[in-house]
Amino acid sequence: MNQGLSLSHFAAALLFSLFASIVFGVTQRDNPRDMMKYGAYCFSLFVGGVIVAGWAMWLLRH
Amino acid sequence: MASSDKTNIEAPARTAPARPTKAAPAAPPNPTMAIVAPAVGWLIPGAGHLIQKRWIRGVLLMVSVCMMFFLGLAMQGKVYRPNTGDLLDMLGFIGDLGAGALYIVTRGLDAGQGSIARAVADYGTKFIVVAGLLNVIAAVDAHHIAIGKKR
Repeated sequence: MNQGLSLSHFAAALLFSLFASIVFGVTQRDNPRDMMKYGAYCFSLFVGGVIVAGWAMWLLRH
Repeated sequence: MASSDKTNIEAPARTAPARPTKAAPAAPPNPTMAIVAPAVGWLIPGAGHLIQKRWIRGVLLMVSVCMMFFLGLAMQGKVYRPNTGDLLDMLGFIGDLGAGALYIVTRGLDAGQGSIARAVADYGTKFIVVAGLLNVIAAVDAHHIAIGKKR
């Protein structure tokens, strides 16, 4: 039986953040330098949001 | 008197260079490309940029959108069919449709059945929908490049 790709929630969130940030960076800014800065900014917000939400859920549970 | 004549002569010379840059967004440099680029970009992710010789941007968009879509399928995500049922299912179909040829080929191969038994499969479903939505953003960006709104 095919089990498919098995990723942890965090790994899936990292991959999602990476690809979404690349597209946001390329499409929302005009020059390569700004694209890289905006892409890195989006990635840090995505990952930061995941970590903050993870700790918030941990606090709610405990 | 002499100074006022001088200012009258100089005034058009100062405003003249600004005219082409102001008029550029109103008149598309290539009206055909303004239609073709987003259509091709929707059908093949990143191709709207590639046909306008934005090689690196095109490749980055193609790799990102395709990888998200294929990772979604690899996680046994669900590909939505056209439906008139639940509102979220209809929105899921619209999001999936944004992936263009990837969606059409996947439907043609009857892949993306989804697996309700696995939590990862639900992530996969979201990956596929978001890949389609990101591809729509990329196609709109290709249109903006074609009309001269973006370099």
